[in-house]
Amino acid sequence: MNSLIVISILAIVVLYLGLFKAKNAVLPVTIFGLVAALVLSIMEWNSGASPIYSGMMLFDNFAVAFSSLTIVSTILILLLSKNYFEKISENVAEYYTIILFALAGILVMVSYHNMAMLFVGLEIMSVSLYILAGIKKRDFASNEAALKYFLMGAFSTGFLLFGIALIYGASHSFDLDVIKQYVIDRPTGIDPMFYVGIVLMIVGLSFKIGAAPFHFWTPDVYEGSPTLITAFMSTVVKTAGFAAFLRLFSICFAPLAEDFWMPTLLVITILTLFIGNITALYQTNFKRMLAYSSISHAGYMLFAIVALGATSTNSVFVYAAAYSIASIIAFGVLILVKEQTGGENFDNFNGLGRKNPFLAFVLTISMLSLAGIPLTAGFIGKFFMFSTALAQYHIWLIVFAIINAVIGIFYYFKVIVAMYFKDTERKELTSTSYYKLVLSVSAIITIILGIYPSLITDLF
Amino acid sequence: MDYLLLLLVFPLIGSLACLLNHKAAKQTAFISSLITLAYAVVLLTKFVPDASRQFVVDYPWISQFGIHFKAGIDGISMIMVLLTTGLIPLIILSSFKRTFNYSSALYALVLFMQFGLLIVFTALDGFLFYVGWEIALIPIYFICAIWGGADRIRVNMKFFIYTFAGSLFMLLGIIFLHLQTPGNSYDIGAFYALNLDAASQAWLFWCFFIAFAIKMPIFPFHTWQPDTYTTAPTMGTMLLAGIMLKMGIYGVIRWLIPIVPIGFMEWKELAIILSIIGIVYASIIAFKQKEIKRLVAYSSIAHVGLIAAGIFAWNAEGVQGAMIQMLNHGINVIGLFFAMDIIIDRLNTQDSSQMGGIAKVAPKFAIALLIIILGTVALPLTNGFIGEFLLLNAVYQYQIWFAAVAGLTIIFGAVYMLRMYKHVMQGELNELTSKFKDIKGSEILVMGIICTLIIIIGVYPKPILNISAAAVNTLIAQVNNKLAF
Repeated sequence: MNSLIVISILAIVVLYLGLFKAKNAVLPVTIFGLVAALVLSIMEWNSGASPIYSGMMLFDNFAVAFSSLTIVSTILILLLSKNYFEKISENVAEYYTIILFALAGILVMVSYHNMAMLFVGLEIMSVSLYILAGIKKRDFASNEAALKYFLMGAFSTGFLLFGIALIYGASHSFDLDVIKQYVIDRPTGIDPMFYVGIVLMIVGLSFKIGAAPFHFWTPDVYEGSPTLITAFMSTVVKTAGFAAFLRLFSICFAPLAEDFWMPTLLVITILTLFIGNITALYQTNFKRMLAYSSISHAGYMLFAIVALGATSTNSVFVYAAAYSIASIIAFGVLILVKEQTGGENFDNFNGLGRKNPFLAFVLTISMLSLAGIPLTAGFIGKFFMFSTALAQYHIWLIVFAIINAVIGIFYYFKVIVAMYFKDTERKELTSTSYYKLVLSVSAIITIILGIYPSLITDLF
Repeated sequence: MDYLLLLLVFPLIGSLACLLNHKAAKQTAFISSLITLAYAVVLLTKFVPDASRQFVVDYPWISQFGIHFKAGIDGISMIMVLLTTGLIPLIILSSFKRTFNYSSALYALVLFMQFGLLIVFTALDGFLFYVGWEIALIPIYFICAIWGGADRIRVNMKFFIYTFAGSLFMLLGIIFLHLQTPGNSYDIGAFYALNLDAASQAWLFWCFFIAFAIKMPIFPFHTWQPDTYTTAPTMGTMLLAGIMLKMGIYGVIRWLIPIVPIGFMEWKELAIILSIIGIVYASIIAFKQKEIKRLVAYSSIAHVGLIAAGIFAWNAEGVQGAMIQMLNHGINVIGLFFAMDIIIDRLNTQDSSQMGGIAKVAPKFAIALLIIILGTVALPLTNGFIGEFLLLNAVYQYQIWFAAVAGLTIIFGAVYMLRMYKHVMQGELNELTSKFKDIKGSEILVMGIICTLIIIIGVYPKPILNISAAAVNTLIAQVNNKLAF
């Protein structure tokens, strides 16, 4: 709870710093505040929390873990923002403020204990993101991204809200515990309205996490937004979406899995895997490839919800951590390459292995991690997902996942091939010390988690 | 004292040392690999050739899934450790006359691959085995794709995709087995103790078989192999053919047959038939080859097919034959690829029809190549003989016709190898070959070591057979016990 308060106040402080032209203080203050929030969040670990504010929020270990993960990812992304936002606009403070507001919404999303709070958190986050997507006011692609995102997002929120209303109609409560009790008390004879509510909530949440067939907004929005915002959306926001999804289904709807929503979600999962992967295969633009690959990663993360079980939370956490860190590296390198070569295509990465071995090496680690090769965190994430799914005997799902993992190799290795096996006559590619810091920290985390995942997997 | 851990750590340290010391990466790598070899020999002297697992290390790794870092050496693993640690110094030494761009990275990758290979050959935990399996794949991909010849990107992508797809199915199998164990374990002992029904065993067999068959490779999973061998730098080819394909064979012996014996029995005949088709098919193609490196690649498929057939026949002769033949095939194929590399490098062509008479200008090279070829075609008193004899004997015990086909093909193999020798080394000198310089320096050293090994093992193979005998017999008895129920 304290971390949420700190982040909300921090957002307003940063806004005022911008107002009083203290531009240089914005980034340090933001980072410092976030670190403080992170510490406060971790301090609540294992505190045996019970629902607070009339059962509105619950800061259990689940909430603490996902809050900390999203805060760490945000810190890493913001460290990359040094000199980045200045190039886009003069009012730098508003970026930080809006990102912090989004993060506040995310913290609500991972710690809600009441459907109303889920909705409030989701909206705080979404509205901030609509602004962030369109923040390049004079850029056509950015405007398109914002409009698309807003229209699609508003629709999905509508579905979600309607779902919540129907569930309220059946169970007479927004409280997760009460709804859970409603399901348990009625092995048969649950109001049909309740089922419709679940389906609508699946649709709404699938929009937010970019799962097929509700994924159409993702590539355009990701491509049109400033790269750093894309990084934020595809890591922090996606993690939060999954946390919210998982919290809802593991607490409230778990008893109905086999009979009702699991088959639906299974179809969504398989579609998400294939659509994301196969489309990613045909991209020549690196950023767009990452967008589509993020769809397929959403597919892998859905395994944990399809095969809801004891290890689900752990799997989503590990996978989200691995995926976020690897994506931050990828987007970070992309920003440098775009700045200095002027493009985002695979060709722009040609010969990077020679021009800047450090960047090429960390990007290789990131790609190997996203592809799920052992000794990287991404492999551990996939391994956990496979184990979770197999524990519920979803053997065919794993076979599909294997086919997709193999397809994934093609496009992730395209980058590696371009960096090491192709030549170009371009000059050196430089990176600043902030980038070196973030990229090497991320790469080291990726490898450490890949070698000794017990550091975070023993948490739950 | 964790003796084994040191063996695994040496190559890693060597790999780092190569990166740090990039002026003399070659020498650093060579010294590092020699230290590892010396240490392996020390282990060998401490090793008691009974059926037990020795030097076992066991650390908890990922407690949630009961994963342990557990490794140990029995007779079967010992042979593989000797193979790996013995061949890597030879492979590094064989490259001493070449210069490479970014040589420090190349040698670091070679040693890193050795680390992965040693994990594979000693792992006693399913998860660790899988991790080692992939660790060995990544460096060889980069070795072949960065330092390889024309069309290397496409060829190596195919190679990587094939092997990665196969290994993911193996991962599926391993996780499934883990979920069946009573005590949340990835231990190989727990896997051996499982009593799964025939239906699960049948599909689990395929999960593992595909991974191993692609690696070996067995027909029809071999299509990546000739292209990859041909375009790879010679060091890469040696690593692939000399050591890496043995991962597949070792996997069959250790992880496939003992874990799913009923599934294996169900598909046994098909597996043997595929192996024998591989022998015949590869031999016919090899017979037609003009490119000498490709010829060796296809002959390697044929020889590996015989090893596979011998194992799938599953009797003591077959498995013992496979063990010693893996070692011999490693030595011979490295010798062959080294010789081909010398020829191709000096003449700048692959085509055997443009060669001839090299023996006249390079007598030392001619003698060495002849000994290696005789070893490859399994002449008595060379190392190939004892292995192929045992393997054919094993197939014969299973089915006389299979043995006849396999045996005749192996004889046929002698024809194309010797014919290649005739084309390349004998006959008239021509403009190209008259400038051929005889081998010297490190080349003589490598060739000398290989020829000596071929003859020593050929004359007195017993010590090597002894290393693995007890372990093999116990393993076979264990499987037969399980089948009896």
